[in-house]
Amino acid sequence: MDGVAQLQKQLVDFTDSLFQEGFLDEQFNQLQQLQDESNPDFVVEVVSLFFEDSERLLNELAKALEQKTIDFRKVDAHVHQFKGSSSSIGAQRVQKVCIAFRNYCEEQNIEGVKPWHRCLKCLQQVKLEYSLVKNKLETLFKIEKQLIAAGGSIPT
Amino acid sequence: MAIAGEVLRRNFPENVEVFDDSPSGSLELHVLAVDDSVVDRMVIERLLKISSCKVTTVESGTRALQYLGLDGEKGPVGFDGLKVNLIMTDYSMPGMTGYELLKKIKGSSVLREIPVVIMSSENVLARIDRCLEEGAEEFLLKPVKLSDVRRLKDFITRGEGKDGGETRDHKRKREDDYTSSSSPSPSPPSSSSLISSSSSSTASSASSSARLSKRAKLRKKD
Repeated sequence: MDGVAQLQKQLVDFTDSLFQEGFLDEQFNQLQQLQDESNPDFVVEVVSLFFEDSERLLNELAKALEQKTIDFRKVDAHVHQFKGSSSSIGAQRVQKVCIAFRNYCEEQNIEGVKPWHRCLKCLQQVKLEYSLVKNKLETLFKIEKQLIAAGGSIPT
Repeated sequence: MAIAGEVLRRNFPENVEVFDDSPSGSLELHVLAVDDSVVDRMVIERLLKISSCKVTTVESGTRALQYLGLDGEKGPVGFDGLKVNLIMTDYSMPGMTGYELLKKIKGSSVLREIPVVIMSSENVLARIDRCLEEGAEEFLLKPVKLSDVRRLKDFITRGEGKDGGETRDHKRKREDDYTSSSSPSPSPPSSSSLISSSSSSTASSASSSARLSKRAKLRKKD
């Protein structure tokens, strides 16, 4: 029982830290509410789908920014999509950098820094935040798995 | 704007079944959800299913119209034979936007009585007004919450009850709901998620009062 209690505490503490550090927001709680006995893996499933979709979007963004003539509307559309999906799973920091991305790219008056260069920097930021939250979530799911394997249940 | 419940009652004679009876005898709403985001489709589907609704998800306005049979003569019966009781659509979609889809539905004599709800991640007043004017029942800010779906479901299904003539106000039982004017049309649907702060870290009561004061300002502007 001691092992289970320890894992439960580890899970609760880790989850709390993710919220405190802004990686996750209230929407992630909403997702957990949608999980029950009939759909016990919902959160993992939707987050996995988010990972797949994000990789696709990041690839599309990289490609769009490599073009000789950048189609900024396309870039904006991809970032908008990424903003939406990250918001839907509660990945708050990713959502925030997406918002900044769109604002920064729209700024016309930043001297000396070409638009595409700005966009590349923004893309780097998005990639960074995405990989951070991906790692965090994968760790979270790992702890949950260990907890269940040890005979415990996820505290609600 | 007509209250959906009244519309449903008006357009369907009493002996016509609007909702599909599941084997257990309970009435279930069939919702058609339209969203180009694969993640959002998964979430909305789950939100609706956990609220005991039947769900069909499609990825575009074009697919939605195909499903609804607008190209043919089928009417609000989808290809699998289930009547659609509510359409929830994302606003920003490539190709046909949610607004364009809304216009097509409201412009169809066969489909116009189906309530349409618009979902958007962007809180743009002009957009909200445009949608409501075109006949949308509600404009929900994304991410859509369980409480939004529950409230929506209550609102839509009440039209079929014995006391289907009640005003909209009765549906709002949450303590953070504000008391707005209880006048029916032409005031726009009152949804507390209609206007919300984009910050997601505020406590729900704090953001509700932010919504309330913003909504009050919106009314004053009009």
